[in-house]
This record gives sequence, C-alpha cells and structure tokens, in this order.
Amino acid sequence: MNPILEALVKSVGILVVALAGFAYMTWVERKFISRLQARIGPNRAGPFGLLQPVADGIKLIFKESITPANADVLVYFLAPVVAVIPALVLFAVIPFGSDPAFQLASNINVGALYVMAVLGVGIYGMILAGWSSNNKYALLGGLRASAQVISYELGLGLAVLSVIMMASSASLNDIVAYQQPGNILGWLIFRQPVAAVIFAITALAELARAPFDLVEAEQELTAGFMTEYGGMKFALFYMSEYVKMIGMSALFVTFFLGGWSGPFVNEAPVLSLVYFAIKVLACLLVMVWVRATLPRFRYDKLMGFGWKVLLPVGLVNVVVTALLIVAGVPGYK
Amino acid sequence: MSITDKVVAVVTKIPVGFATVLKTLFRKPVTVQYPEQTKPMSARFRGRHHLKRYDDGLEKCIGCALCAAACPADAIYVEAAENTNEERYSPGERYAKTYEINMLRCIFCGYCEDACPTNAIVLEPIEFPTGYTRDGMIYVKDMLLEPPPAGAPATPQQTPAGKYDRAILPFPPITD
Amino acid sequence: MSPDFLLFLIIALVAVAAALGMLFSRSALYAALFLITNFGAVAVLYLLLNAPFLAVVQVSVYAGAIMVLFLFVIMLLGAERLGREPEAAAMRWQRPLAIVLAVVLIVQAVYVFATRASAVPAVAQAIDAGPLNIGKTLINSYLLPFEVIAIVLLAAMIGAVVLTRDK
Ligand code: SF4
Ligand code: SF4
Repeated sequence: MNPILEALVKSVGILVVALAGFAYMTWVERKFISRLQARIGPNRAGPFGLLQPVADGIKLIFKESITPANADVLVYFLAPVVAVIPALVLFAVIPFGSDPAFQLASNINVGALYVMAVLGVGIYGMILAGWSSNNKYALLGGLRASAQVISYELGLGLAVLSVIMMASSASLNDIVAYQQPGNILGWLIFRQPVAAVIFAITALAELARAPFDLVEAEQELTAGFMTEYGGMKFALFYMSEYVKMIGMSALFVTFFLGGWSGPFVNEAPVLSLVYFAIKVLACLLVMVWVRATLPRFRYDKLMGFGWKVLLPVGLVNVVVTALLIVAGVPGYK
Repeated sequence: MSITDKVVAVVTKIPVGFATVLKTLFRKPVTVQYPEQTKPMSARFRGRHHLKRYDDGLEKCIGCALCAAACPADAIYVEAAENTNEERYSPGERYAKTYEINMLRCIFCGYCEDACPTNAIVLEPIEFPTGYTRDGMIYVKDMLLEPPPAGAPATPQQTPAGKYDRAILPFPPITD
Repeated sequence: MSPDFLLFLIIALVAVAAALGMLFSRSALYAALFLITNFGAVAVLYLLLNAPFLAVVQVSVYAGAIMVLFLFVIMLLGAERLGREPEAAAMRWQRPLAIVLAVVLIVQAVYVFATRASAVPAVAQAIDAGPLNIGKTLINSYLLPFEVIAIVLLAAMIGAVVLTRDK
C-alpha cells in the first residue's frame, strides 16, 4: 500500500477509536465511580445507561453558543481546538499491537521525547481558554494549569528518562521489546517501581485529574478555565481531557506494563490488541479509583509536592538507575 | 512530624483509604429509583397544599386571606365573595371565590397552614407539583380543593336560614 | 521542485510570517502566540533536515516549557494590556542602535547564504542528529562549554531559590 494512504487509514482508525473511547470512557467513569460510592450511575438512557454518551452529545450540540463580553474572540474559539489536537496527536507513536499494522509511527527513534513534547504543548488550550474568556475564575484556572503542568512535567520527564535509560532507546517499540514480551517479570514496573509511581502521579497531575484537579476546583474556581465555555466548545475540552486520559494510560502500559505483550501473541497478533486494551482499561479504572478515594490537594502543597518530593526522588532514581546499569546488576542490562 | 513518620503514614494509611473505597464496590447501591420507587414519607411532610372540607361538604376556607398575608414568598392569591343561604360554600359570611397558589414561588414553609384560622389549608405528603409550563404551575382552587366526603353534597349548597352564622361550625369536627 | 522544497517554502513562510507577527503585534500575548508558532515552524524545519531529535527538543523545551512560562508571566502581570503608550523619551537611543544591529545581521545572513547555501543539504545528510550522537558530541567535543553552561544554570537556579526564600 502507498505509505501515505496507509498512514491516513491508520490515523482515521485511531481517531475513531479515540473518539469512541472518549465517549464510552465518560460512561465507564460515571458507572464505576458510582459503584465505588454505592450509587448506580446512569441507567436511564438505554440498557445500563449505555446511550448516555449519545444523549450527552446531543444535548451539547443543541446548546446555545455563547461568547462572553469582551472576550478575545479569536483565541476564545481557538483554545478548545488547541486543547484537542495534542491529545489526539499523542496516539501517533503508541504501539497498539505487535504487528506493524497496529502501529502508526511507533518506530521513530524519539518516540518517548515526542510524547513529552506533545504533552508540553497540550497545556496551551487551558491557558488560552483561561486568558481569553475575560473571567477571573478562568484566568486563575489557566494560571494554575500552567504552573502545575510545568512543575510536574519535570517529574514526568525524569520517570520517562529512567525508562529510556533501561531500554537504551527512546523508541516505544524498542521499549516494549525490551520488556521481553511473554514474560510478566520483564515488565518495567518491577524493575523501575519508583519511576512507575512517579509517572503515575505526574500523569494524574498532567491530566489535571483528581487529586490534582485544582485547575477546575469547583469550590474555588467554578469550572476553572472552562467556566465560560458551553456546548460543543465545552465538549472539546471534555474530549481532550478524556482522550488524554486514554493516551496517558496507553503510555503507562507501554512504558511499565509491557505494552501489548501477553501469552500467544506470536501465534495470533490480534491478541496483542486485546491485551493492550485490557491493560489500558485497567489503568483507566485505577484513575477513577484514585478520584473516588483521594481529596484534592491544596495549591501550595501541590507545588511543594512536585518540587520537593517528586523531583528529588526522580533525580535520585535516575542516578541509581544509571549506577545499576553501569555496574551491570542483573536485570539492569 | 518527622519525615520518616510522614513516609510511614503515607505508605500505611493511603492504602487503607483505597481499600475502603474498593470495598464499597461490593456493597448494594443505596440509590432509590425515584419515579418507580419512593421512600416512605413522614406523615408531617409538607408536600402540596390541599383545601379541606367539613364532613357536610362545606369548604373550610372562609376567604380571609390570612394565608396570603403570612406567605413569605407571596405565592397565594385569594379573592373573597359573600355566601348566601341559596348559594353557600362555607359556613361563614364569606368564601374564597378565587384561590390560587403559584407553586413556582411557594417554598413549602407551611406558614399558610399555621396562619389559617379554620385549618382549611394543609400541606400533605402526597403529590409533588410538577409541570411543563409556568401557567400550569399556578394551582387554582379546583385543583387544590378536595372532593366532598362520601355522601356529602358538593358546594355551593342551599342551606336553611340562620343555620350558619359563624365562620367556624359551633362544634367543629376538626380532625385534620 | 521537489515536495521537500515546497514543504520547506511553506514552513519557512510560516516561520517568517510568525516572526514578523510577533514583532509587530501590539498585544504581548499575541506576540507570545506568534513566537510559539514560529518555534513550531522551526521544529518542522529541523525535521526536514533529518533531525527529529532536535525538532522534538525544540517543541518540548521552547514551545512547551519556556513559552508556557512566558505566557504565565504575561498573564500574571496583565502585561497584555500594556504597550499602548508611546515609547518613553529615555529610550531614544534604542532605535538607531537596533537599526545598526539589524543591518549587520542582515549583511551577515546574506553573506553566509550566498557563500554556503549549496552546502546546507549536504551537511544535513551527513550528520546523524540522533540523541546518541548529540549526547556523545556534547560530552566529548564540547565538554567545557557544556559544563560551563551547567554551572551558569545552576547559579541561576540557586539565585532564584535564594531570592524567593522567606526570611
Ligand atoms: S407553604 Fe409557605 S410559601 Fe407556600 S404558599 Fe404556604 S406560606 Fe406561601
Ligand atoms: S385558607 Fe385559611 S387563611 Fe387562607 S383564605 Fe382560606 S381560611 Fe383564610
């Protein structure tokens, strides 16, 4: 097949899966968190509330499109788009399965760095939305978002760096291959537990999800940077959040849970897709579980935690990993 | 709190929280599926208003508008008219010709109930006012008035002269 | 005209337009946005030169981290609303100086372009700009500048910490 055509087909496929995943992730989250709180959750629209995302979508489409007075109209309309694109682009390098047919660009040798770059750019949507809405809640939400993301990106980078050092490659394919598909003990979470924990925590912060959802802390900031957004523009922000959640889970799986690996992958490559999906879903459920359990951080504590705990621990982890690799400790080379 | 204490606390206590939340997963949901299921309501619950009648079918309301005066939300509108022996609605001199409650304004405080000298208006734990239009949320007298008790005639009634000269029946059978 | 060259032309146009936009926009925030666009375009140029590592670093460090900080400061200070006043008299000397410097830069750029333009693609082909190679070059050939920069940055960091410390 023509490579451009092939890439196009795959991109469309990823987009469709990501959007469907977004729609049904909202349902999964609401259902699961309800059960964690001894509630039932959505159950009116369709069996088990399965049509709830459709109903929500229809509702949002028919909402009035409002522009706040004195808003910076161009930036105001651009911000949701700027928020969504990085979330979707993130999927380009993730190896969804063992077969090259299940990958778009997982082979590029800077995959992990690409991820960091995309995540770094992903924050602009929030900042611009906060600034352009001409609303103090939104502005404060945007400011918090930028400060939080800059602080936690460092920890995230250090966690990813440990992984790259272990696999001695920044290509996500190599990282998966390094984790010895077929052997659960090969997963990096067992050899890099500290990096895995740091990655998990900073990923939550990067996603601005509970307990790091200060960006949209209802009690203080109404809806934070989204305060002035409604209808489809709001839906785009919502979409970027959930798509990023899925993307982050996919990255965690790739970095620490052996990616698509699992038994009988060589015999039936389709299984690798299934394993990958199951692992991602497990990560997403853990995220919801965290949201149901932990209260929100106080803002200064959040910054303190990022700079005074995660960053030093991450640095020490990198140094220790380097020492172990150089010393040739079994399992570390 | 020293740093080791903190670390120990984090490592030992946070998992407890996670476990507690996870245990809830296996608990029966407490949700009540409202329109299909309802929870038993207290007998004193202040639901929607009812205008009561005496056992002989006459309306208790005498159109004094004290309820309207007492209402903090200004939700009640009463217009009184004179009773005659040929066309009698209530025992007293006057009755409520128009009686309207705007359920959108009402805050279900029950002050109208307290203010009523004849116990004519009562908030009962049945039937919540709902509707799709603003007009439909204004409950007029026909909607509020209870049907006459079994065997008793409806209002207006024809009554013998001199029987009803007091606002409240001499030995009022106040049961509600 | 090869598709690469066409791509280069488009991206270069975007980069130049964004740079001009940054210079001439009145609002500090728009200027920052133009600068981000410019960084993005330059990152694509790196990609065209077969240097994906540099491209990614350009995006993640400049567009991702530094510009977020810029925006943060602009928004925090409300600086996007400044800049309407006519420039202060004390800054008179800036203009001639800027013109002189600009002329020097342009002459230099034209000279380099005219004498070496043909060499650029060949260089791009020859260099392996992967992370491994860049790391090796940094540590081997440019160890001294690398360490000097590290110390300067460390000093800046310590300075920032000291300045923000509570008494
Ligand atoms: S319940 Fe209170 S608010 Fe409602 S009509 Fe009676 S007095 Fe007014
Ligand atoms: S309901 Fe009671 S207070 Fe209100 S007008 Fe009738 S008699 Fe008077």
